[in-house]
Amino acid sequence: MHAALTSESAEGLPELASVHWRPRVDARLLARRGRVWTAWSLAHPVPFTAIGVALVALRPVLAPISIALFVQAWIIPELYANRGAKVLQQRRRAGDDAERTALLLLGDLLDTSARELHADTGLAVQPGALGVWLVGEAGAVLVAPGGRRTFCYCVRVTGEALPSSDLIAHLLLALRADEAGFATVANLTFSGARWRVRRRMAADTRPALDAAVRIVRDR
Amino acid sequence: MPRLIRMDQAGHTTLAEWTAGEEHAVQRALSAFREELDRGYIAVVSHQDGTAELVRELPLDAPLVIMRRPIAGG
Repeated sequence: MHAALTSESAEGLPELASVHWRPRVDARLLARRGRVWTAWSLAHPVPFTAIGVALVALRPVLAPISIALFVQAWIIPELYANRGAKVLQQRRRAGDDAERTALLLLGDLLDTSARELHADTGLAVQPGALGVWLVGEAGAVLVAPGGRRTFCYCVRVTGEALPSSDLIAHLLLALRADEAGFATVANLTFSGARWRVRRRMAADTRPALDAAVRIVRDR
Repeated sequence: MPRLIRMDQAGHTTLAEWTAGEEHAVQRALSAFREELDRGYIAVVSHQDGTAELVRELPLDAPLVIMRRPIAGG
């Protein structure tokens, strides 16, 4: 496995200019965002559940409404987690020349274990200073130190369509050049427990998340 | 031999190759590099240890210089 990205980039990503109002992400800001997401995730189910319980307690005949409230309490956090997992959703990889050419370059960028993981799951793993990243075609998931929390980022390559491996290589190079800048440019779509994201991921991509967790726990 | 490549719809395209001392090839590489920067591409040197470095001038001693497109929040 390649060495983790440990130092601040000498030069930030040029893309930061397009999001100049955003504070540059660091470990402290990430932790704070994680706490906000936890509070947000509780803010939805707790009132619905409380009202549902109160309704049944006061008027058992209102049980159907309580059930609807319980469903609501369950479904909203699930939708958020689903949005997070979607950042790693993949197109079907075309077997054309362009894809093969792009795959050669991506293979050169990855070490043996990361290359094998990409072949199996379509995702590239990259250790960083903020945690361990899983990079897909249109986003990345950061597994925070400890391996229990994830941050899901939606980020795209501008311009016309590119082969799948090229999209990953673009994001990987940007991430390697400036990890904090990458996390600043990308849009955070979800942060929460790893298991919530994992169960929403396609089955063939879950081993990549498991591998990222192993790496982050071994550090 | 050092290479300058651009990631594009073809997977990637080699824009220039050069060796130190080949003045003509170096000039061609510098010209191609500037042209891609003007088109909005961003130059990155990928290192063997898995890190990458943004560059604004063509590093003639780097084995591989990659031109990539900008990224944006999705």
